[in-house]
Amino acid sequence: MSTVTCPECEAEITLDAGTEAGEIIVCSDCGVDLEVTSVDPAAVQLAPMEQEDWGE
Amino acid sequence: MQPRLKIGVLFSRVRVEEKWIFGAMEKRGIDYERLDDRAIHFDLDKPDVWQQYDAVLERSISYNNGLYALRLLNSFGVPTVNTAAVAEVCGDKLMTSAALARAGVPQPHNATAFTPEAALEAIEAFGYPVVLKPVVGSWGRLLAKVNDRDAAEAVLEHKSTLGSVQHSVFYIQEYIDKPGRDIRAIVIGDRVLTAMYRKSEHWITNTARGGSGELCPITPEIEDLCLRATQAVGGGVLAVDLVEHPEKGLVVNEINHTMEFHTMQPVSGIDIAGEIVEYTVSAARMKTEG
Repeated sequence: MSTVTCPECEAEITLDAGTEAGEIIVCSDCGVDLEVTSVDPAAVQLAPMEQEDWGE
Repeated sequence: MQPRLKIGVLFSRVRVEEKWIFGAMEKRGIDYERLDDRAIHFDLDKPDVWQQYDAVLERSISYNNGLYALRLLNSFGVPTVNTAAVAEVCGDKLMTSAALARAGVPQPHNATAFTPEAALEAIEAFGYPVVLKPVVGSWGRLLAKVNDRDAAEAVLEHKSTLGSVQHSVFYIQEYIDKPGRDIRAIVIGDRVLTAMYRKSEHWITNTARGGSGELCPITPEIEDLCLRATQAVGGGVLAVDLVEHPEKGLVVNEINHTMEFHTMQPVSGIDIAGEIVEYTVSAARMKTEG
C-alpha cells in the first residue's frame, strides 16, 4: 500500500488501489488538492490552481 | 488485415473520465499513448513526431492548450477528436451562438458589446434580469445574474477593470426562468447517445456546481435539436446543453467539446468512454484507409 505525506499539512495519505499518475486526490486532513505525480514510488505535489480557461 | 493503429490521448489531468477512456483503450487492445499537455512540445520542423499517431483524442482541461495543440495537429495532417475547427466554435460561447444562429437552431436571446457603455445599453434593451457570461470558461464560473441597472453597472465595471481583455467581450444572455433543471445530451457523430436532466435549486444547474443528474428520455424533439446543433458546430464528440424556455420551448444553451461525463455514464448505464474510443478509432481508420 502506497503512502505519501501531504506537502501542506504533513498528514499521511494512503493512495487507493488503481490510483494513476496525473490524478487529483484530496488530503483528508486539510482538504487541499494534490496531484499524484508518480505511483511507484508514490509522490504527490500541490495541484495547480484552476486557470481561467479550464473546463470542458 | 487492418493495420495496427496508434492513438494519442492528450490530457492535463487524469479525471475519472480519462481513467475510463484509458481503460476502454486497454480493453480493446489499442496501442495508445498518454500525452500530458504540460510535458509535450511541438517542433514545427518535426511534424513526423506527431504524424506517427493515426488520431489524437483531445481531453485537455485547458481550452488554450487543447485548441493550439489541435490546430498544430490538424496542420500536420493528424486527425483529431474533436477537430480544431469544432473546438474553436464550442470553446467560445459567442462563436457557438453565431454558429447556431447561422444554422437557425433555437437558442436564448443574446447580444454582445465591447464596452461597458454599449453593454449597458444592450442590457437595458433586453430588460432585467439578464445573465452575463465570459465567452471562454466553463463549470458555471463567473456567470452573473444581473437583476437591475445598479448591478449591471457594477458587474460591467468590475469585468472591464479586473478581468483580462477577454472579459471586455461582454456576452449578454436573456435570463431563462427554467424549471430548476436543464438537459445535457451526449452526441457522438450522428447519434444522440443519452440525455440527462441536471437539477439544482440554484439558477446555475451545472453538475460542477452541485447539480444532480437524472435520466432524460431522448424525445424526437431533443434528438432533432441536438443533431442540428452539433452539425452547426461541425460535429464530433459533443455535449449539448438544452434549456426548457417557458415561451420558446427547448433551446440550445451551449455545446461542450471536451465534456465531462462522470455523472452521465453511471446515470445512463452507457459506456460513453467506450463510445468515444470507438469514434476516435474510426477517425484513425478514415486516415489510414484514405
